[in-house]
Amino acid sequence: MQAAPPAPTAAAPVVRARNLSLVFDADGQKTVALSDVSLDIAGGSFVSLIGPSGCGKTTLLRAIADLERPTSGSLVVNGLSPEQARRNRAYGYVFQAPALYPWRSVERNVMLPLEIMGMPPEERRRRAERYLDLVGLREFRRRFPWQLSGGMQQRVSIARALSFEPALLLMDEPFGALDEITRDGLNLHLHRLWRSTGMTVIFVTHSIPEAVYLSSRIVVMSPRPGKVVEIIDVDLPGERELDVRETPAFLAVAHRVREALRAGHSYD
Amino acid sequence: MTRWGRAVLPLAVVLVVVIAVWYAGAAWLNFDVTANLAEDDATTWEILQGTMSQDRPLLPAPHQLVAELFSSVFEHPIDSPKSLIYHASVTAFAAFLGFLIALALGIGLAIGIVHVRTLDRSLMLWIIASQTIPVLAIAPMVVVVLGNIGFTGLLPKSLIAGYLSFFPIVTGMVKGLRSPDPMQRDLMRTYSASGLHLFTMLRWPASMSFLLPSLKVAATLALVGAIVAELPTGAQAGLGARLLSGSYYGQTLQIWAALFMASFLALLAIGVVDLFRLVLIRRRGGRL
Repeated sequence: MQAAPPAPTAAAPVVRARNLSLVFDADGQKTVALSDVSLDIAGGSFVSLIGPSGCGKTTLLRAIADLERPTSGSLVVNGLSPEQARRNRAYGYVFQAPALYPWRSVERNVMLPLEIMGMPPEERRRRAERYLDLVGLREFRRRFPWQLSGGMQQRVSIARALSFEPALLLMDEPFGALDEITRDGLNLHLHRLWRSTGMTVIFVTHSIPEAVYLSSRIVVMSPRPGKVVEIIDVDLPGERELDVRETPAFLAVAHRVREALRAGHSYD
Repeated sequence: MTRWGRAVLPLAVVLVVVIAVWYAGAAWLNFDVTANLAEDDATTWEILQGTMSQDRPLLPAPHQLVAELFSSVFEHPIDSPKSLIYHASVTAFAAFLGFLIALALGIGLAIGIVHVRTLDRSLMLWIIASQTIPVLAIAPMVVVVLGNIGFTGLLPKSLIAGYLSFFPIVTGMVKGLRSPDPMQRDLMRTYSASGLHLFTMLRWPASMSFLLPSLKVAATLALVGAIVAELPTGAQAGLGARLLSGSYYGQTLQIWAALFMASFLALLAIGVVDLFRLVLIRRRGGRL
């Protein structure tokens, strides 16, 4: 056993993957989901994982969250193994669907992690109120999930992930099921949230404009087997409004991402 | 038409038709017996009138049944063996106790089956097999065996009632405890939640919408079990005993009254479950 690694400094990456591979083995049928992925994610950055279906972007996110076990290679989260990081409740996770518990009111859904973590009731209520306010749903706190639209439900699930104030937020295509207008609004919201909190966000998407708008860095992946094709830094102003998407700088980045996707995705 | 009218009218129509058919049936089935007992010069009309007031009719007329129910419920003290309320309460108590046994057994088994793979593989088949044995066959044996080791009265009846009614509870709960989807379970994992949290905050609340329909079936089965268990014992009290003694002595009125009381108890049981359901729905903001 090696000694406990030093606490991550500002310079140390929040996530460090080296030659990471992950093979799913279902009844002898082997599927290579990740092949030789190496990646550093710096603290405070907003990193998007983008690629077509089957490129392993969700699998990589789930491996970071210790929801999947890598087959080989090393993966370090906050200087710890993914499992230790999960046990330390190092991250908040937003799934593709809201995954709210239908028998709990909006407010009590947000309080779920706080209850599990043993926070006193007063503090729970305070946090739920603050984070529901942040996603603009304070007046809906007594409602139940089925009374809200899909976009509102996903906002509740974001408030739930933020409620215990993790330094790392993992988001798996959180807006994939929403209409474009709702999605735009939530993108703007998320961007401001990230700017104001300084947390690290890892964001899985297959939308190029969404990735470019939100990210400080984009990891382009390709399928069969899932690997990293290119890592693109986004040189856009830190504070972005939605109309940044019509600027030449934005379109240039989007073009690079599209080229990288095309390069990694052959139909042969 | 008001909403009430729309709800009540179809029920009322059915009731009127049933009563009419019932009267016709009573006249038809009781005709021969009445004719034999009647004076030689009785007219058909007089015999038909007689079919409505036989002491031991093949099929009692509705008004006779109402009179019998009224007298056996209201005209005897509650602790008298002539009081139908007394017999109903004996059966209801045994059924209720059996239902509690079934609840504990059913939920306990379901928790075991969901959490322990070995139990899942070994128990489920036996639980299903247990329900293929007709209760009429097993009830006398349970009563006799338990009677030999000194347990009589309430306990054997409750065990038989529990034996019948635990089955829907097990199957409903197993399905309910397994109903959370992978995403809902992964969420708990991301919080590094304990097994106890996973159970109390996810599996248990998710199972309620499966448990409640099971409870309705279980409640009525407990009642059936308790009544059946009263038949072979020659029980002194209970609706089953009333049915048995009624058939010994040809007291058809007594049998019918006991049957009506049994179905009233079943309705009551379902009503209580429904009340519980409404309370739960209220707490969950309008949906189960």
